[in-house]
Amino acid sequence: MPDLVFEVFRQERKGKPFEHAGSFRAPDERAAEIYAREFYDRRHESVRLWLVPRSAIHPLEDLPDEFDTSYRRVDGYSLKSRLREARERAGTLDSGSGGEAA
Amino acid sequence: MVDDARTQEFVEYVQSGGQVESTDWMPDEYRRRLIKFIEMHANSELMGVLPERDWILRAPTLQRKLALTAKIQDEVGHAQLIYRIVEDLGKPREACLDDLIAGTSKFHNVFHYPTRSWGDVGVIAWLVDAAAIVSQKALLKTSYAPYARIMKRVCWEESFHILHGRDVVLAMVNGAEGQRALVQEALDRWWEPLMMFHGTPIPAADDPLYYWRIKSQANEDARQEFLDGYVDQILELGLTIPDPKLRRTAAGTWDYTEPDWEKLMAVVSGHGPASAERIAFRALSRAEVEWVSRVVLAEAA
Repeated sequence: MPDLVFEVFRQERKGKPFEHAGSFRAPDERAAEIYAREFYDRRHESVRLWLVPRSAIHPLEDLPDEFDTSYRRVDGYSLKSRLREARERAGTLDSGSGGEAA
Repeated sequence: MVDDARTQEFVEYVQSGGQVESTDWMPDEYRRRLIKFIEMHANSELMGVLPERDWILRAPTLQRKLALTAKIQDEVGHAQLIYRIVEDLGKPREACLDDLIAGTSKFHNVFHYPTRSWGDVGVIAWLVDAAAIVSQKALLKTSYAPYARIMKRVCWEESFHILHGRDVVLAMVNGAEGQRALVQEALDRWWEPLMMFHGTPIPAADDPLYYWRIKSQANEDARQEFLDGYVDQILELGLTIPDPKLRRTAAGTWDYTEPDWEKLMAVVSGHGPASAERIAFRALSRAEVEWVSRVVLAEAA
């Protein structure tokens, strides 16, 4: 059976990211175009579709965080207690300005 | 049910809300149950169009004809998408279609019954689809992620079907006496299959499909949700539900006449009033279009 599996990605509106929508089987690219319109565009809910042969997708599924890389992210920083201490030292704890820290 | 540490870890993962992708490791038992369950779903989408296709040529207006055709096209599209999920789990679509014709796989009970009037079209699109959407909404939380993602799209499209069905029913109950009678007569026939639709009231704790979190809802909870949502909508139209025992209890749940579960088992195993005719028709259409796939594949090769 010469069928290929095509993965479909759809863009809902211009400027939006493409999202995986599903897949279908087709014998070639010409048939894939017809099937994509039939299966994924009956209500014109997308502005663009990407049809990607599954064989062209190179998946990386082994992505462990072996070293703690939280210093690269905002959730790696908890300022609350430090800020409180700094405000206490500065005598500004009750002035209520400066906003809340995470 | 669980025989090794890896499987035990998998069960804990899905039971705590974890989701599984097609390329992840999964126990054979989980894969086997997924294939059987999802294949039955796809079969039901495909067989579900047969009672409705009989009415395309007999639709009362052009607008109804277009809407019914669109609904049927959606259901076949759902079958395509759902069979793809089964294929990625390891069972080819051709094998699913062979088994469906051979009667070795199942499809939902409601598609084993004949249709008699345009009233059936309204009742099927409104209430059968409503019952189906209760189950399908619960499947948005299934542990098998590719299935959950496809269900999102399916539910979105089904919502138009329910509206279309309710619109057909409303047009008929607002029409002549004869039209209203057709709706009532269809409801009288469809009520029993509808009450059977969500299956025997097996407790979630005893249901292997719940154990693996393929389903996220107990059968009885689905039936209660259907009754909660639709009984009042039926009664407010002046229609009668053919079950003298049906009532809302003080606790807010529904009492009803217990369906004959042996009859349900007989129907879904191919002994319903229209089972043989539907399967024969499916076999005929498969044979009739076989040349198309041969031509398309030969051209592509």
